[in-house]
Amino acid sequence: MTPKFKAQAGTFESSDIMILIEPVEPDTGRLVDISSTVMLQFEADISKTVNQVLDELEIKDIHLIAKDKGALTQTIKARVETAIKRSLGIQKGTM
Amino acid sequence: MAKKKRRSMLYIPGNNPAMIQQAGVYGCDAVLLDLEDAVALNQKDAARILVRNMIQTVNFYNTEVCVRVNNMHTPFGLADLEEIVPLQPDNIRFPKTETVEDVREFMKEVRRIESEHGIEEPGMTIHVMIETAKGVANVYDIAAADPRIDAITIGGQDLTADMGIIKTPDGVGIDYARKRIVMAGKAYNLDVLDTVFADVNDEEGLREETEYIKKIGFAGKALINPRQVDVVHEVFNPTENEVRKAYRVYSEFIKNKNAGIGVFAIDGKMVDAPVVQRAITVLEYANIDLKEIEKSVR
Repeated sequence: MTPKFKAQAGTFESSDIMILIEPVEPDTGRLVDISSTVMLQFEADISKTVNQVLDELEIKDIHLIAKDKGALTQTIKARVETAIKRSLGIQKGTM
Repeated sequence: MAKKKRRSMLYIPGNNPAMIQQAGVYGCDAVLLDLEDAVALNQKDAARILVRNMIQTVNFYNTEVCVRVNNMHTPFGLADLEEIVPLQPDNIRFPKTETVEDVREFMKEVRRIESEHGIEEPGMTIHVMIETAKGVANVYDIAAADPRIDAITIGGQDLTADMGIIKTPDGVGIDYARKRIVMAGKAYNLDVLDTVFADVNDEEGLREETEYIKKIGFAGKALINPRQVDVVHEVFNPTENEVRKAYRVYSEFIKNKNAGIGVFAIDGKMVDAPVVQRAITVLEYANIDLKEIEKSVR
C-alpha cells in the first residue's frame, strides 16, 4: 500500500512518540528518520519496531519521521499503525 | 470464591501511554481505560489502537481491567468494539445506557464479534453506565437486560447535565438517582459503582462522599487521580473492631452450624443469616480466608 496523505500520530509527551508520515514517489523505498531521548541505547530497537509495522501493513515507499520520548515498543507500534492508517485514509471511527 | 473487590476504579485516558503502562502499580482495584470522554474526537482512532496494543502487553498485575467504549449511537462505538472485544479485557463499560434496547443492540454486536473470533460464552462481563434521566427511569429493566451485566454505575457529570442542574458538593441533585440505581443493582445481585469526585485537591470532600455512598450501598467509586485511591480504600476497608466482630460472628456461626443450630446469640443479640452475610462481607474486604476460620473452629 502507498501512503496518500501527510499524517501524524502520537505526542511529544514523555513515554510517547510522534510519528510523521510523508508520501514519496514510487520506488523511493523507506526513508526512516529517528530521533530519541534514548537514541544510543534504543535506536536499533525503535527502527526494528517501526519496520515491523511497515512490513505488516505492506508499506514499501514512505518517508517516516519518528521523534521518541522513551515510548515502549507497544506504544511505538500503535503510533506507527495509527499514522499509517491516517496516511492511507483508512482510519475508522474518528473525526 | 471471595467476591472481587471494586472499591476503587481509576479512569485512565486511553490515549495516554505513560499512564496506561503504569496502571498496574497505582494500587486501585480496577482501571478503566477510557476511549470515551477522556479522548478528543480526532484522536479516537489513536486511543483505540493504543489501548489494543497495551492490553496485550502491559502487566496489570491483579488489577481488574475495564475498557469504556463509546456509545453505539456515535460514529466510534462499533469501531471500539471491533478492536477491544477480541482481546476480552475483564469487562467493557457501556456508557449512556438508557433502555433495554440499548443493551440488546450493544450485546448483539459483542456476541457477533466474539463468535467471529471463536470466543465462547460467557466471556468478559459488562458494566452499564446510567447517565441520563431516561436511564435512571429504566434502570430496573436495564439491570436485568443481560446475564453478563455484573456491575451498574452512575455517571454523575453527564446526569446532572442531562437534568439541567449543577452538581453540588452535597450531591443532593443526584441522590434519588444514586439510591434508585443501588436498589436496582442489589435486586439483581450486581455491584453498584459510584461516579467520580472531580476535585482532586479536596481529600476531605472525597472522604465524606465515599462514606456516604458506602452507607447507601455502593461497592466502590470511580476515580480520576491515583491520589484518590488511598482515601477511598480507607473508607471501604473495615476497621479492626469490625473485623474482630465479624470474625467472632463467623466462628460462632460455623460452630453452631456444625451443631445443627441455625439461629444463635452473641452478647444477647440474635445472629441470623443476614448478620452472618454482613460478617462474611467484612471478612472478604479484610482479605481473611473463610476456610481458615472454618478449619480453626472444627
